[in-house]
Amino acid sequence: MSEIPSGLHYTEEHEYLKPTDEDDVFLIGITDYAQGELGDIVFLELPSPGDTFARMDVFGTIEAVKAVSDLYCPVAGEVIEVNQALDDDPALVNAEPYGEGWMVRLRVTDPDELEDLLDEEGYRALID
Amino acid sequence: MSDNLKHTPLHEEHLRLDAKIVPFAGWAMPVQYPSGIRAEHEAVRGAAGLFDVSHMGEFHIEGPEALALLRTVCANDAAALEVGQAQYSALLTDEGALIDDLLVYRTGDEAWLLVVNASNLEVDRTWILSHAEGLELTFDDRSDETALLAIQGPASSGIVARLTEVDLDSIGFYRFARGEVAGVPCLIARTGYTGEDGFELYHDAGDAPGLWRALLEAGAPDGLIPAGLGARDTLRLEVGYPLYGNDLDREHSALESGLGWVVKLDREPFIGRDALLRQKEEGVTRRLVGIRLEGKGFPRSGYPVVVGDEEVGVVTSGTMSPSLGEGIALAYLPLEHAEPGTRVAVRIRGRDLEGTVVRPPFYRDGSLRR
Repeated sequence: MSEIPSGLHYTEEHEYLKPTDEDDVFLIGITDYAQGELGDIVFLELPSPGDTFARMDVFGTIEAVKAVSDLYCPVAGEVIEVNQALDDDPALVNAEPYGEGWMVRLRVTDPDELEDLLDEEGYRALID
Repeated sequence: MSDNLKHTPLHEEHLRLDAKIVPFAGWAMPVQYPSGIRAEHEAVRGAAGLFDVSHMGEFHIEGPEALALLRTVCANDAAALEVGQAQYSALLTDEGALIDDLLVYRTGDEAWLLVVNASNLEVDRTWILSHAEGLELTFDDRSDETALLAIQGPASSGIVARLTEVDLDSIGFYRFARGEVAGVPCLIARTGYTGEDGFELYHDAGDAPGLWRALLEAGAPDGLIPAGLGARDTLRLEVGYPLYGNDLDREHSALESGLGWVVKLDREPFIGRDALLRQKEEGVTRRLVGIRLEGKGFPRSGYPVVVGDEEVGVVTSGTMSPSLGEGIALAYLPLEHAEPGTRVAVRIRGRDLEGTVVRPPFYRDGSLRR
């Protein structure tokens, strides 16, 4: 059974947005279910601080041993930090998808867009 | 998962082990177990892995004219085989196109076992039978009744030895013997697709679950784990073995695919020989080569190979090599770019990643001893 923490926002493409201490800043990563489906993650191509994305823009790619997948930005925003630790250890995404395996810190442009994302129950219904 | 997929006799075992099941050549096959492709790959390189490859097809051909048929449809020379010996071979069209690659085992003076790719089974059977008319032989497709387990890795021999009376040391590379393993009658072949020492065990489908469990139990202390098609693919690619449907197809001739050693052009006629002789005389214009990439990013099937701004080829198989930690690929390149040491790049989603043409295998430290 995949872990789906409450209090996060989810997309149908298996990214999550996790709240931080700042109201309009969120961490983006992929869900426990997604990392399980991808298998061993070996490389991530991530954006740079300052890059801006519209909702559902591709913000990066994730390489597993067998396959490569696009990463979608759940809501519009500006990247303010990228998780450098993934450069050396991309498997953190497998080990701790909601913790040390986060990918980018995003300042959200329009908080209203969050309402279109799934909550814990909605996401569980999607993957079950 | 759509259920018109065929199930191997070990399907329930895979489900119980929580394997991820994917469609492959019409079969529901385990692509990986919860340990993951990397761990399965490393188990095979360092200890042993157990693969269910029961989707492969098995044709038994027997009779006084069986050899004549094989010498007509197979490009290698089956007459060179002794009883108890196997060889890698190829089925070609009249034009020299590759229908399939296969293994040919000589099981008796006039008895042969052909092992073909699941994806080509129907085509192969029709093709072979169309050339068997009027010949004194029997053709028996026992694919559905036959299960195939591959135990691969340096610990394989020690594990199997605990379950059999057969003297495994007497079975050389590409040789086989008959005998019981864990009480199950098997054809025990020292063959494989990983670059490691190991065995392929052909047996009755009904015996498969018992043999599977016995091997996993006997090998657990040595680090044996079940391994799926994902690891099978990274393992075979590291040692440069081509895969039909990716690296081998009807668009590229056996000479271009690096199978020149399989095609015995100096013997009496077989199907495709004339076309290949012509091609050999004229010279091939492209060749299947290995490419080893530097830096981060991994090649995948379909990515362009570029020199400068010119697209010179396409990746036919590519992966991150778990043993090397680098991207490796096979690709057909024009001869002027096919020499080992040539600098090329693979275009990975718009970015060119530099690499070097190499002669496979990429990984040379396997336990396989020829």
